[in-house]
Amino acid sequence: MKATPFKSAFNQAISEAWSAGGGLVLPLAFFIGVGMLVPFSVGVRPEILVEVSSGVLWIALVLVTFVTMERLYQADLEDGVLELWVQEKQPLAEYVLAKTLAHWLVAGLPIAILSPLLGLLLHMSFELLPLASLCYGVGSLAFFFWGGLGAALSASVRRGGLLIALIVLPLYVPTVLFGVLTIASYGTDQMVINLSFLVSTTIFTLALCPFMTSVALRMSAD
Amino acid sequence: MTERVLIQVKDLGMVRGVRKLFSCIDFRVCAGQLLVLRGANGSGKTTFLRILAGLTRPLAGNVDLHASHHWVGHLNGQKPFETVESHLNHWTKVWGGDGIDRSIEVFEMRNFQSVRVGLLSAGQKRRLALARMLLVDRDIWLLDEPFAALDSEARQVLRNLIEERRRNGGCVVIAMHDIIDLQPTFELSL
Repeated sequence: MKATPFKSAFNQAISEAWSAGGGLVLPLAFFIGVGMLVPFSVGVRPEILVEVSSGVLWIALVLVTFVTMERLYQADLEDGVLELWVQEKQPLAEYVLAKTLAHWLVAGLPIAILSPLLGLLLHMSFELLPLASLCYGVGSLAFFFWGGLGAALSASVRRGGLLIALIVLPLYVPTVLFGVLTIASYGTDQMVINLSFLVSTTIFTLALCPFMTSVALRMSAD
Repeated sequence: MTERVLIQVKDLGMVRGVRKLFSCIDFRVCAGQLLVLRGANGSGKTTFLRILAGLTRPLAGNVDLHASHHWVGHLNGQKPFETVESHLNHWTKVWGGDGIDRSIEVFEMRNFQSVRVGLLSAGQKRRLALARMLLVDRDIWLLDEPFAALDSEARQVLRNLIEERRRNGGCVVIAMHDIIDLQPTFELSL
């Protein structure tokens, strides 16, 4: 992989992620908004909020991915940039990798890092916060890559957000499952095993998604 | 002396929905030649060019491009947030060329090279899309309605570039409606 095309695609995607929808601001506001709804829906008793806080943050993260990814490749299809990439000799997977990583760095990782703040509002235990932040960071990377695949498959469909959700929701299950189990098993021997499963699912996603997404993009550009 | 074949098309056929666009098309385009595609709206000119560029799969037949190509479709391939200069810089890095200064000079974009694409006129965006072809030297140019939105000076620049491309051993395939004095080697009506 030549560094220059990747770097250039990455830099352009960073600019795009910031310019489209205010970069981090809108996804973060959405994330906080979803979290803030929880006390209104389940009540403000701390013992209930502690029970549901980890799961609520995972769901909020999933929803943020949908909001962020909907137009990831649709804009490229509409302005003709995708045509330029599809016919190039260098692997399309390189462009997919650069673009998804850039969007995750702008919208996914900062939310994962800031998620403990919302966790505190939901009475999540203080010592759990670093582990939760790590899990959300690793999990959100997988969410963005699976979301990118859904975005590529639905790029030529107007209002494809719902379609993305239908395509990728089943693919999110292992990440959510191992993420919730890791946080729930904090302080036990099982925690490392669960965390390693979470990391493994993300590595598997990283290895597979760029290639699957590039095939989907070729189909969308046709 | 044998001619250097740059594009070879065999038995090409395509449908859109249930409507046949074209079938059994055979031709080759050699170095120095210009092919102009003509036809009414919806006759399949863009589809034909997209097949040549490898963007659309044909229903039948095959296309061989024996050299690298530039594609300028009717979408300009630009992002509204990038400037003229950053757009050219980006594709220079992707393609590994060194022709930014020439691109800007030839299409007289010096005055607006720092302007964001979102603020450019349709003609300026078109110039930028065409200027991208000068970043790196490629033998085959595939152009879909390249003269659309261009003013008379820019049209003359493009005509000169097409002639220069032909003289330098390349070939050009254009789909267009405009009546422009280009002296094509041959025309294909779809």
